[in-house]
Amino acid sequence: MKAAVIVFPGSNCDRDIQVAIEQSTGQPCAMIWHKETTLPRLDLIVVPGGFSYGDYLRSGAMAAHSPIMRAVKAEADKGVAVLGICNGFQVLTEAHLLPGVLMKNRDLRFICRDVDLRVEATDTVFTRRYRKGQVVRFPIAHNDGNYFADPVTIKTLEDEGRVAFRYCDANGNVTEAANPNGSLNNIAGILNARRNVLGMMPHPERLADMLLGGIDGRPMFDGLVEALAA
Amino acid sequence: MSAITPEIVKRHGLTPEEYQKVLDIMGREPNLTELGIFSVMWSEHCSYKSSKKWLKTLPTKAPWVICGPGENAGVIDIGDGQACIFKMESHNHPSFIEPYQGAATGVGGILRDVFTMGARPVANLNALRFGDPSHAKTRHLVSGVVAGIGGYGNCMGIPTVGGECEFHPCYNGNILVNAMTVGVADTDKIFYSAAAGLGNPLVYVGSRTGRDGIHGATMASAEFDEDSEEKRPTVQVGDPFTEKRVLEACLELMATDAIVAIQDMGAAGLTCSTFEMASKGGMGVELNLDLVPKRAADMTAYELMLSESQERMVMVLKPGREDEARAIFEKWELEFAVVGHLTDTGRLTLTMGGKVVGDLPIDPLAEASPEYDRPWVPTPAPKALSVDDVPAPNDPLAALKRLIGSPDLCEKRWIWEQYDHMVMGDTVGRPGGDAAVVRVHGTKKALAITTDCTPRYCLADPKEGGKQAVAEAWRNITAVGATPLAITDCLNFGNPEKPKIMGQLVACIQGMSEACSALDFPVVSGNVSLYNETSGEGIRPTPAIGGVGLIKDVTKSVGLALGSDQTLIVVGETTGHLGQSLYLREIAGREEGAPPPVDLASERRNGDFVRGLIDAKRVAACHDLSGGGLLVGVAEMAMAGGVGAAIEAPQGTPPLHAWLFGEDQGRYLLAVTDAAAILADAAKAKVPAAVIGRTGDDALTLNGGHSISLAELKSAHQGWLPEFMSAP
Amino acid sequence: MKAKVHVMFKEGVLDPQGKAVSHALAALGFKGVNEVRQGKYIELDLDEKNPDKARQSAEAMCKQLLANTVIETYAIEITE
Repeated sequence: MKAAVIVFPGSNCDRDIQVAIEQSTGQPCAMIWHKETTLPRLDLIVVPGGFSYGDYLRSGAMAAHSPIMRAVKAEADKGVAVLGICNGFQVLTEAHLLPGVLMKNRDLRFICRDVDLRVEATDTVFTRRYRKGQVVRFPIAHNDGNYFADPVTIKTLEDEGRVAFRYCDANGNVTEAANPNGSLNNIAGILNARRNVLGMMPHPERLADMLLGGIDGRPMFDGLVEALAA
Repeated sequence: MSAITPEIVKRHGLTPEEYQKVLDIMGREPNLTELGIFSVMWSEHCSYKSSKKWLKTLPTKAPWVICGPGENAGVIDIGDGQACIFKMESHNHPSFIEPYQGAATGVGGILRDVFTMGARPVANLNALRFGDPSHAKTRHLVSGVVAGIGGYGNCMGIPTVGGECEFHPCYNGNILVNAMTVGVADTDKIFYSAAAGLGNPLVYVGSRTGRDGIHGATMASAEFDEDSEEKRPTVQVGDPFTEKRVLEACLELMATDAIVAIQDMGAAGLTCSTFEMASKGGMGVELNLDLVPKRAADMTAYELMLSESQERMVMVLKPGREDEARAIFEKWELEFAVVGHLTDTGRLTLTMGGKVVGDLPIDPLAEASPEYDRPWVPTPAPKALSVDDVPAPNDPLAALKRLIGSPDLCEKRWIWEQYDHMVMGDTVGRPGGDAAVVRVHGTKKALAITTDCTPRYCLADPKEGGKQAVAEAWRNITAVGATPLAITDCLNFGNPEKPKIMGQLVACIQGMSEACSALDFPVVSGNVSLYNETSGEGIRPTPAIGGVGLIKDVTKSVGLALGSDQTLIVVGETTGHLGQSLYLREIAGREEGAPPPVDLASERRNGDFVRGLIDAKRVAACHDLSGGGLLVGVAEMAMAGGVGAAIEAPQGTPPLHAWLFGEDQGRYLLAVTDAAAILADAAKAKVPAAVIGRTGDDALTLNGGHSISLAELKSAHQGWLPEFMSAP
Repeated sequence: MKAKVHVMFKEGVLDPQGKAVSHALAALGFKGVNEVRQGKYIELDLDEKNPDKARQSAEAMCKQLLANTVIETYAIEITE
């Protein structure tokens, strides 16, 4: 699997995701600077977490208009898998690769903690190694993770099974108490219509090493390798 | 020539005697810019004039120390050609004035100190002290400081992994925000600040210079007019996105060999940085102020030299390497300007508009920097408190519940969940434990990091308190299985011109020195924050200690969490010392007595024994015993693991409540499975150790009878801070 | 020309910051505040001398970057 991580000047989870991908592929994962205008042939493009351009206007707003994102859009349109995590998810919504928007957390504070997620869609290259309804534990670390979209968009996402992950309690119940940031329908991650673009606020790459407290994130990367290895 | 009146001298914080020295050194009346430079160079902050005499007495050497105090940060060897670079610094006053920006720029400043030396920062910690929770400003300050620390560190992508947070009325008018950064570098890629190489270019990088934080006060002079106050924001605003780029650009340039010397611009900006570089290297500097990148075109020489704008650095490059360096900084979209060069004149010469606007001798100014032997009086020895004078509680478990739900002992999750503590993917021991454990990227080893201080002990007996702060840092590092290596300190005190306060500073340093020597735990960096007083009310002596240790095999590190079917052993002697304990304060409502004494020999013996057990994988969980005593320690371990325990207290002396809540030092609580063998080994090592209970169930049970559920304990422990912060 | 841009949440989009401010005002004893909405104010100093053209270009900036039209509306005021 040929994978690459897009690096904005304020990206800060670029190395973390690189480590997680390389752990699963056993091959080097390329790092691509935001000023590049073209991409090599790739199987997976990752837009990582961080603060892309400082995020002073709106999270991800400026990154969405960077030269590299035009190239990412073109690749996504061709069906290349694109994964946006945390700030990467924010960038993908601002770039209109995914619908909706990530607003300030309900409690107006940054939150860094492990959360339980229910896997809702498994027919994707990202989630094929998980069981539908499986509860997995990933950390979140964000200020703006409160997913919002108009009712029509939400209905479309739900009807088309494009909600990939939902915040839930340890037993898989989707409750208000288990919703850390106020996201509509407890949405933690969504897919595009073609299901080759996934945006999610939680960080699978942060729990892919037993020493750090868990490996629920690993199946995502192992699954990607399985699905995308040439 | 501007006439320098006594009033102007006074506003620059210089005494008449100090001004006379200025005149002697200059051989003429200084202009305002020059006076401003003297003022900041001789300020307490830059010159350590009140504390220098005593700071020199601290132990700073060990075979693993690569660079002790005097540089931007301390450097220790952590093996395999790698070094750990770290420092702690205060940002107290700015954080009180504007908590978000004050705390944020505090984090920014300490990060720069560490990456200036070539290290990639890998962890931040913060020791915070606020006023009484019921004080009108406290909630606002907590909320702003925590958000500011998070706002800066999270954006930089450096995990904030630990620290402490306490409350006491003595901090009502002077909160303490002490920020610590730890970084990792290769030992052959450490950068220092001594300028070298006649004619070498002096380069300015980072943000532009604005009128931030200029302390000169309103001057009755031609250079300042009516609305100058308005032009000079006293609060500096942090820009973590710029700092992130400065970090990456510096590290990229450091990977080449173009840099001769580098220094960040912290307090007093261009003045301090150029002086320190020149003075350390025995060089002169010619600085063309026209070339300094500015936010406003009409800035004066005075403003440019004294501005405290953030996210700026100065470096000396090898000749001919300017373009290579410029390309890197331009890639990161940062300012880059050659602003001067090194000379052999031994003077700092400032030019602007083709004219010399300042000309000062470097060595005489640095050498003549005042050093005071301020008068001090020893703190009277506190009267020891007899256990018999402290009433036993009706219900020890109810007392426990109150203690763990009190502001100082309650869970601080509300704070550390606002910090990204996992970014960089190496946080093995997350916040809430004894010491944070951060793996050295790509290796099996890890750093154990903690901050500690018990100001109530320091007030009652500054020397014992100083010892205790160092010993507790050493103990916290030991408790996760690491070998303590060195400390950084942040000495927060009141007005040193008061002999009583000076006496506290002297005794705390003496106590720290003893502990550092006895524990092989030298001081490698630090900072002093004096004059923490409002309307004559000073803070308690608060020598915050930041400790760093190394664990060679991170898989061997242990945490707090109890498991089922384990035996609890307390290591160290329990005499039931209640003087200055949290039990006394929170339950009996009194703050009296002598603090628990620290016996450094047994401290070391006990710690070495515990570390050996952890290294031999004989310990399932470990916790150091400190504030609140033994029962609080058991409760914290039980809550962390979600497993209860049955405690059996010994009969007779000390009385039950003293045994449960006494704060005797040098103690650890271990959860083990081979208790008998461990007790036998302890006896051989002359280390006191005793079984005090078994783990299991979901409650704490005392002497086979009375019990309290973990759920009830947790709700008390977790409840206070979120409730306090959400109150209207 | 100068363009003064106000960016506000659309009607019906939850504005947690506005809610927090409203809460704080009530806690301070201010009565009769029905609703608080918090937005952004952005000042643009433009080369353009023609007010209509200045408005057009500010409009484009809002659509592309300054506002996220999924949740925000904007208002532009052009001054000398």
